Amino acid sequence: MRHLLSATDLDRDQAVMLLDTAAELASVTDRAVKKLPTLRGRTVANLFFEDSTRTRLSFEAAAKRLSADVITFTAKGSSVSKGESLKDTALTLEAMGAQAIVLRHHASGAAQRLAESGWIDASVVNAGDGTHEHPTQALLDAFTLRQHLRDGEGDLSGLRVVIVGDILHSRVARSNVWLLRTLGAQVTLVAPPTLVPFGVDSWPCAVSYDLDDVLPEADAVMMLRVQAERMTAAYFPSAHEYSRRYGLDAARASALAEHAVVLHPGPMNRGMEITADVADSPRSLVVDQVANGVSVRMAVLYHVLADPGSVLGEEPA
Amino acid sequence: MPVARVLDAADLTRVVGRISHEILEKSHGPDDLILLGIPRRGVPLAQRIAERMHSIEGVDVPVGSLDVTMYRDDIGLRGARPLGTTDVPLGGIDDRIVVLVDDVLFSGRTIRSALDALNDIGRPRAVRLAVLIDRGHRNFRFAPITSGRTFPPREPRMFGSTWWKRTGWMRCCSARPRRVAHEAPTECH
Repeated sequence: MRHLLSATDLDRDQAVMLLDTAAELASVTDRAVKKLPTLRGRTVANLFFEDSTRTRLSFEAAAKRLSADVITFTAKGSSVSKGESLKDTALTLEAMGAQAIVLRHHASGAAQRLAESGWIDASVVNAGDGTHEHPTQALLDAFTLRQHLRDGEGDLSGLRVVIVGDILHSRVARSNVWLLRTLGAQVTLVAPPTLVPFGVDSWPCAVSYDLDDVLPEADAVMMLRVQAERMTAAYFPSAHEYSRRYGLDAARASALAEHAVVLHPGPMNRGMEITADVADSPRSLVVDQVANGVSVRMAVLYHVLADPGSVLGEEPA
Repeated sequence: MPVARVLDAADLTRVVGRISHEILEKSHGPDDLILLGIPRRGVPLAQRIAERMHSIEGVDVPVGSLDVTMYRDDIGLRGARPLGTTDVPLGGIDDRIVVLVDDVLFSGRTIRSALDALNDIGRPRAVRLAVLIDRGHRNFRFAPITSGRTFPPREPRMFGSTWWKRTGWMRCCSARPRRVAHEAPTECH
């Protein structure tokens, strides 16, 4: 695996192998020495053109746990404000010795552009590009679901997952639809019609406009953040109306099956798409998701940098 | 590729018996011993040795596994390998005599990685090595305290062992290499 750009790049066996690797790496956290020497002497650059807490910290922690050196770049306070392009920024980081670039960018397709343009030799990991994809988030969601509903083994075949909210602007939803499908789960998207993307009928999932209809059947519900910063039109009449129809509150959560779990990729708008009592309830796995994010990203960095096609490797003998 | 059987199931039982006795003899008994198999095939071998030790001494010697994948020196050369399980017996390895168990010893690189891995887990009193097949041709000088079969270095050959989980049988084969001597051991049937 030279790059990780999209959840559609992964077939079932690759996805399961990444999850298995992450599961083994998770045990490092329990040891006296919480570090592996695997990527010693290698440099991972975090290139973040968009704000992020979880993803950036999580990649940083993952790289450090594998003993890589980390250079972190955030667009705010950098020469991007002077007009420096993605290409020049990436060339700068590579000139400083970065062998893998973790890229978050507001433009859909930025990671692919960086990986395939020939500008740089470094491996590229997509950490969210516009409204397109966020594959490591999908991997950590799949990992969390597998941990809680499948005893941490194999794939997710037969699992029914409902993804609720701002599908239109959600790269998390896109990556999850493809990855969960690859792993055998059945995905249903629930959103107001205005927040369902054009062309959704070609996606491998079902679409519903009624949350109460699908909740009793679900094994897992993933609530998405309403992305106010990307809302350029009136997608729903009012926040109150949105949360009344598509928010997960205690009354709705009680319609869920006993074993069903609740996920949220964060950051949460408490009171909007999810109420505080549900977010803090035992069936909420939000904190597990964050913890698993580090293990999953360790697995991704290991797989990307161990690839003989990456700049580190020579042709195998 | 001509394949020769080195150890069949019955040979293996005898070899495991001898290896178990030798480990016990050289460690002055089972006290403080821990067997750590190196995945994949060192793990079932370590379990067999522990079973045998139980029948000899009547004591349960702790068995675990030690995955060395993340400590290898060829990361970036061969692609990502699937990780094995690291499972250290309760109580850890501090002040114990750790016996690393693997099926084939060749360049010694795996054992070098294993020593690094042990370093991150604890501080054993001593580390010893037991292998089924010693192929010679060492790049790193490690000497096993006991081995099932030793092959002279004049004839580079490949070795592989097969393990059947269900029956608990295992056998070892050797074959002449197709190209070069320094290939990873391959499985043969």
